[in-house]
Amino acid sequence: METIIQVQHLKKSFKNLEVLHDVHFDIKKGEVVTIIGSSGSGKSTLLRCLNLLERLDDGQILYHGQDILDRHFDVNAYRSKVGMVFQGFNLFNNLTVLENCMIGQIKVLKRNKEEAKQMALKYLEKVGMSAFVNKSSVQLSGGQKQRVAIARALCMSPEVLLFDEPTSALDPEMVGDVLTIMQKKKKEGLTMIVVTHEMAFARDVSSRVVFMDQGVIVEEGTPEQIFEHPQEERTRTFLKRYLQNNESIQ
Amino acid sequence: MSIDFARAWEIFVENIPLFTYGIQMTLLFAVVGTICGFLIGLVIGGIRAIEINEYDSPVSQLLKRFGKLITGFYIWVFRGTPMMVQAMFLYYLLKPALSWTPLVAGLFIISINTGAYMAEIIRAGIQSVDAGQSEAAKSLGMTTGQTLISVIFPQAIKNTFPSIGNQLIVNIKDSSMLNVISVTELYFQTTSVAGSNMKYIECFLVAAVIYLFLTTISTFILNYIEKRMNTVNQSKDFCS
Repeated sequence: METIIQVQHLKKSFKNLEVLHDVHFDIKKGEVVTIIGSSGSGKSTLLRCLNLLERLDDGQILYHGQDILDRHFDVNAYRSKVGMVFQGFNLFNNLTVLENCMIGQIKVLKRNKEEAKQMALKYLEKVGMSAFVNKSSVQLSGGQKQRVAIARALCMSPEVLLFDEPTSALDPEMVGDVLTIMQKKKKEGLTMIVVTHEMAFARDVSSRVVFMDQGVIVEEGTPEQIFEHPQEERTRTFLKRYLQNNESIQ
Repeated sequence: MSIDFARAWEIFVENIPLFTYGIQMTLLFAVVGTICGFLIGLVIGGIRAIEINEYDSPVSQLLKRFGKLITGFYIWVFRGTPMMVQAMFLYYLLKPALSWTPLVAGLFIISINTGAYMAEIIRAGIQSVDAGQSEAAKSLGMTTGQTLISVIFPQAIKNTFPSIGNQLIVNIKDSSMLNVISVTELYFQTTSVAGSNMKYIECFLVAAVIYLFLTTISTFILNYIEKRMNTVNQSKDFCS
């Protein structure tokens, strides 16, 4: 399988706090990789580095073999190929649902309005938001916003989609809607990297699970390897604590 | 102390052409000053809101610092001195070079003065927009310019519209200071009328009522626009 993104020796600090130490990571076409780990383990920072929303301090990120930090590399074109869905949705507050899905296509991909509109309507229908096209984005609920945000990202015809805890800010009954959409996209062959606390999703949907702790990748493997036969003590502790928390809630 | 209201009304009626001209000029200065000041404010406020990152190249860091220094100086000077003093100083300073009329000079001075206040309003507006908005625009591949124009400025302007509109009210009143360079706005016209009939109290009662009328109408218009902004989805400009 073709490798799309390769991360080598990635290091990142905020002030004096090193949040990523020497991370190696790669993603192949069609893979769904979930990144799990406790808060502060560096999962989100890793994802944000992939889209250059955070600057790396050291290391390399290669996109089809090209160094994305190279001065001559077209970062904006890269970002249009590697979309992002945020925990806080980040829909443009000054635009309608439809416009949110059109603006990137028009400004970045230079599609004409009609083309952009058809594309937007197509994906808004896929996420079940057709009825809301002319609503202002501030009028939507969290789950609706996230569905629009996914449609907005899909409209750019991305090669890879990055999801930064897409369901963490949602009411429990909304989580399922969003996860179902992601599951569908997996079936269609979209490459995805998902930072999540939804262990069931990680186990059932991903082709590979990456467990991070304290800024390093501790262990990675198939969902079965990670959830049924974790090799590392830290992975076992994390999963055990996670299960206990879940039981105590139930 | 007595006010002759009947006399005041007579003065107004007798001098309607003079007052009307004064009103027109006052409105011209207020509207042009507010619009030009707003445009200046967008540019200067935009520069003020730029963040300097440690990973920027030394050249761009230097440029950004320089831009902030210059714009900071501009705001410091024009907010820190009275517009009357700015008017006298700049009008006579640049008169030999530009040979400008009081009208042009007045429009320039009120614009540049308003620009300094607008810049701070816009800067605060830009900083009030959630960082996630520009992150989302970046993640789609939009350039900094596209992000500012399509996402950040519309929200910054909407958030600060009451303060922006307030500048119009301020300018209706403060344009009176431009009388020092013989701009024939409402205050200047009133002094002319009063100078000829010596009825200062009645003349300036007329002026006060006219100013109050202008600011009241403006307030209504601004409130109406603000309401519309909040109910109608704006920026239909690029798709419909």
